[in-house]
Amino acid sequence: MAHPTQLGFKDAAMPVMEELLHFHDHALMIVLLISTLVLYIITAMVSTKLTNKYILDSQEIEIVWTILPAVILVLIALPSLRILYLMDEINDPHLTIKAMGHQWYWSYEYTDYENLGFDSYMVPTQDLAPGQFRLLETDHRMVVPMESPVRVLVSAEDVLHSWAVPSLGVKMDAVPGRLNQAAFIASRPGVFYGQCSEICGANHSFMPIVVEAVPLEHFENWSSLMLEDA
Amino acid sequence: MADVIDDKIKNYRTAPFDARFPNTNQTRNCFQNYLVYFLSDFHRCNKVLSGKGQDSSPCEWYQRVYKSLCPMSWVEKWDGQIEDGSFPGKI
Repeated sequence: MAHPTQLGFKDAAMPVMEELLHFHDHALMIVLLISTLVLYIITAMVSTKLTNKYILDSQEIEIVWTILPAVILVLIALPSLRILYLMDEINDPHLTIKAMGHQWYWSYEYTDYENLGFDSYMVPTQDLAPGQFRLLETDHRMVVPMESPVRVLVSAEDVLHSWAVPSLGVKMDAVPGRLNQAAFIASRPGVFYGQCSEICGANHSFMPIVVEAVPLEHFENWSSLMLEDA
Repeated sequence: MADVIDDKIKNYRTAPFDARFPNTNQTRNCFQNYLVYFLSDFHRCNKVLSGKGQDSSPCEWYQRVYKSLCPMSWVEKWDGQIEDGSFPGKI
């Protein structure tokens, strides 16, 4: 959940997302330094009364301003590639959950052992309890055990949707007839919010995603309760 | 061989990583396991045959994997198509 006037990313709850945050800080710092330098040079050029009419060329400065950008690009590329391969690591999941997008709600299926499936509708604004978040809360949350690798298989039943939870570093398109795999580990317990990220009709903005990471015993209790209710 | 599979089924948590389907698109993974289960179902895992002591643990493995991976609506649709005889896969 973002706080008001937040500009940056949400706090990460997933190791790869933490890496992405650090990389973003690194790349943004380089960009800011270069932009400041260029802006300074422009203002210096524009505001000086000195003129120099006698320099025709200079090998040294040309070498410097070719090699230096290449070095900077390498410094950006190396962490970027490291994270790219980190995201592609093979992980053995402990749990598989299917997230099916409908117009305009998500349904979650936990079928590793029993057939547990439920729908997750947004709580309308007039039904919110004090302290709940507008347009973000749902009636049923997707509960996962914390610190366990989870595989989410995202698909859709009608039109394109996209299952996104920024804190967990997941965004995966939901395509009808196709099963897309995303994996995450919730490294801390908590409630993580996301919203549908592919335009899917009138209520596209009103089909949020809520993932709740809890200790394993709580997850087992919750799934037994959900099976009884179903 | 059967013990290995029985062990894997006893310790089953969820469908493991399958190197034949390493990428994001797992549609084929789900469909393949469903297909193989029904292929083996008709030839080996029939209820009648399993009473005679035939080894049915590979069938149970494929069933658990496709149940983990395939959305329930897809499985229901395919089950209906198999009953009608309109299932597109080769059974």
